[in-house]
Amino acid sequence: MDLLFRFFRRLWLLVRREQFSAELADEMAFHREQAEQRFLDQGMSSKDAHYAALREFGNSTRLAEQSHEMVGFGFETALQDVRYSVRQLRKNPGFAFIAVLILALGIGASTAIFSAVNPILFKSLPYPRARDLMMVWEVRKNESPRYVAFGSFHGLAERSHSFEAMAVMKPWQPTMISEDQPERFEGQRVSAGYFRALAVAPLLGRDFEAAEDRFHGPNVVILSDRLWRRRFAADKFIAGKQVTLDDSLYVVIGVMPSSFENVLAPAAELWAPLQYNEALPADGREWGHHLRMVGRIRPGVSSGQAASELSVILHTLAQMYAKGYESSGGAPDGMIVNSLQSDLTQGVKPALLAILGAVIMVLLIACVNVTNLLLSRGVTRHAEFAMRAALGAAPNRIIRQLLIESLLLAAIGGAFGMLVAEGGVRALVVLSPPELPRIGAIRMDGIVFAFAFGITTLVGLIVGLIPARHASRSDLRSGLQQSSRQTATGQQLVRRTLVVSEVALALVLLVSAGLLLRSLERLFAIDPGFDASHVLSMQVQESGHRFDTDAARQQFFTQVLEAVRQVPGVTAAAFTSQLPLSGDFESYGVQFEALPNENFEPGFRYAVSPGYFETMHIPLRRGRLLDERDRAGAPVAVLLSESFVKRKFQDQDPIGKRIHSGPDAGHADRPWGTIVGVVGDVKQTSLGVSEPDAFYTSTSQWSWVDNAQSLVVRTRGEAASLAPAIRAAIWAVDKNVPVVRVATLDNLLASSEAERRFALVLFGAFALVGLVLAASGIYGVLSGSVTERTREIGVRAALGASRSNILGLVLRQGMHLTGLGVAVGLIGAVAASQTLITLLFGVSRLDPTTYFGVIALVIAVSVIACGVPAWRAAGVDPSITLRAE
Amino acid sequence: MPRKPDLLPGTLDLLILKTLTRAPLHGYGIAQSIKQFSEDVLTVEEGSLYPALQRLLLRGWVKAAWKRTETNRRARYYTLTIAGRKQLGIELSQFEQMIAAIGHVLQKA
Repeated sequence: MDLLFRFFRRLWLLVRREQFSAELADEMAFHREQAEQRFLDQGMSSKDAHYAALREFGNSTRLAEQSHEMVGFGFETALQDVRYSVRQLRKNPGFAFIAVLILALGIGASTAIFSAVNPILFKSLPYPRARDLMMVWEVRKNESPRYVAFGSFHGLAERSHSFEAMAVMKPWQPTMISEDQPERFEGQRVSAGYFRALAVAPLLGRDFEAAEDRFHGPNVVILSDRLWRRRFAADKFIAGKQVTLDDSLYVVIGVMPSSFENVLAPAAELWAPLQYNEALPADGREWGHHLRMVGRIRPGVSSGQAASELSVILHTLAQMYAKGYESSGGAPDGMIVNSLQSDLTQGVKPALLAILGAVIMVLLIACVNVTNLLLSRGVTRHAEFAMRAALGAAPNRIIRQLLIESLLLAAIGGAFGMLVAEGGVRALVVLSPPELPRIGAIRMDGIVFAFAFGITTLVGLIVGLIPARHASRSDLRSGLQQSSRQTATGQQLVRRTLVVSEVALALVLLVSAGLLLRSLERLFAIDPGFDASHVLSMQVQESGHRFDTDAARQQFFTQVLEAVRQVPGVTAAAFTSQLPLSGDFESYGVQFEALPNENFEPGFRYAVSPGYFETMHIPLRRGRLLDERDRAGAPVAVLLSESFVKRKFQDQDPIGKRIHSGPDAGHADRPWGTIVGVVGDVKQTSLGVSEPDAFYTSTSQWSWVDNAQSLVVRTRGEAASLAPAIRAAIWAVDKNVPVVRVATLDNLLASSEAERRFALVLFGAFALVGLVLAASGIYGVLSGSVTERTREIGVRAALGASRSNILGLVLRQGMHLTGLGVAVGLIGAVAASQTLITLLFGVSRLDPTTYFGVIALVIAVSVIACGVPAWRAAGVDPSITLRAE
Repeated sequence: MPRKPDLLPGTLDLLILKTLTRAPLHGYGIAQSIKQFSEDVLTVEEGSLYPALQRLLLRGWVKAAWKRTETNRRARYYTLTIAGRKQLGIELSQFEQMIAAIGHVLQKA
């Protein structure tokens, strides 16, 4: 009640502020008159009485201010300060522009990085009780985890009590023909409980039923919201309608909500039941280790408990289904259970954390730089503060004024920073490596804005604190005098410390960027085993029942090859079942006739059309390449990679030796393939990974004809420009086959290191910004110091110091700062490089070339930054300076 | 120049309120009364008087009105309100308690 009364009275006084001021002034004038009258009565002269009264009354402005403060709202004076700050900034647009620019970059960059890191590393996945979601893998001793076989899943799901729900999935890429073009969709084949395990449900229609997920079950499909809108015009009555996929009719039974984010396969737009054979025939695909498995763990069960339960069950299964497991290389030793979130992010986590660290450094440098700018402005505004203090401003008021100024700067910087962040987020999404999970969740949302607001405030306070302390501590009276060297010296010390820290931070960033750059250099210096220039690749997939027989497929691919070879500009063309550095990964066991007691060795399997090696420029080391002789029915010819041969046969001649590969391995009744040649090693998964074991057969001699094959085309001119002509040639053979993944091999090569490249681009950008800011910091401090020392320099010159002496004097001062910064930075860089270690390749984290190179760069840049003020100092004319004093 | 003793903290409101019990007064009058009654020991700085008056107005303990003085000059006169009188009672008893307490300390310690 009382509070309310006071509030309204304040409000009343606020709207009638003019009258309040007038009345207060009146009242005080009356007071002074009365006092004056009293002095007159005491016998003073009227003039003396007037001044005595004024003296006695004191500073009337200050008095009025105090009364105003008493009745005013707290924010009113703050508002005054803001208005004053805006005036100050407008008076100094150059300063304001630079400070805002620096802050906008710093705040914008950190906000953009935060918006990417937050959903990936910190936010929980977009499902109810997401923490209970687990990935389940099979493991064998001393091997990395591998996909789960359907047989394992089926047995585990039946017997396990640790999980509420379990599901398996595999990629599915059906083709749909529309009037214009065949389109291949990304989708998933999933076990019936997939969506229930994630605790999501279709918005329209219904989820899969267990009865639909059985061998030869009905063709049903659930669509994503995106596909439903894009291809079906958001038809509300779609449930129950039929669509044609791969020449078969599927009934649409549901549409997922737009909020559903499928983190396990972000590109997937449609889902169909897995429909594996629950009778688990011993020689079927049910035993292939190719399914990803996800489960929702029961509350209170730890992942360790779940893993040991599953492992126990698995041992039972291994005995029950010994034959089934045998067909795919033996039963796993156990199961492991990993949280879904960490499973998805563990690959990118080191890179993201390193980038987050880097952007924090950039923000720090930006803060230091703006602090320095404010400090140097504080020097020039010294007289202003002194004047305000003399007029009765309390020291707190001046501190508050300065803090409000820096907060205002930060706020404007933060506002522009949001534009920077918006652009940055877009750039991040474009630049991001394909393995980055949850890319769709990277956006500017409430949390990101809250983060930006938080750091903006923090930055405002940080950059304002030191200048404000300085302004309040310094002796204000001395500011009214012409020169005040003492306070300036104190400031110089702080500013130098700040510059040293700036140089140190920039050095850390530069060393990190340098190490990444050297890693990429090393990687791209590696020979991939083929010649990537002037080669275009694309994946051609047959689709539909007319290709149900191997012969029809083989005929189709042969015709396509003939048509493509006719395209002008094409010098060679071939098909392969998997393309190096494209993300393909397919290996099969190889059994050597000469080594009967050894286990089967896995090798990458390439089923290629003759001409593949000539097109890719993969060198022949021994024997012959595949050619037209190696057709169906002819004796099976095999090529092996150089390293594989060397490991298996040492110095023996491998030509003529025989092997069983893939499904033939271990089957004595199948015909042997004969090694006819040896070719160079090729990098399949990544430039940095050495897995050279590979075998090649002719497409027509492999156990089946792959329905999706990669076409490689060597061209005379620029490869990418031939893409439309080649696509047209393929569609001239059959206009209903989808052509996807069109890319030059050069592009594939470059994007195979996308994660490192991503980190490098960001580190490079941050390091550059850091270097420029540090250089401008050195420049600012030195020119400030030269201005302050003009008189001293004049005296030196008058006493006979030469131009080069003075040049050296200033340069030494600058180099001293740089040297200190480099020394501190080196310690920081050595520490920081530890966090980069997983991103490095082929260079030590203490690589001397990088460190020396960066030090040289920093010194060179700071010499330039010192040069301008040094030159100015050298040009000081002693007679003019001394006269000016 | 010897410094005059400072007012005990928190007593200014009390003195103003007490002064106003006799009659409505303007700011100068309040300052003068306090000076006179304290036999020139207590001087109210104008720097504290006017903010204090605003504070009392804000709390509703005094009212202000513009009136003519005997010399026919316009001045703002402050009058004690009922709430102000109640407040004076509270502050007086608090003040007496404190003085007594200080007295005890000075005697016994």
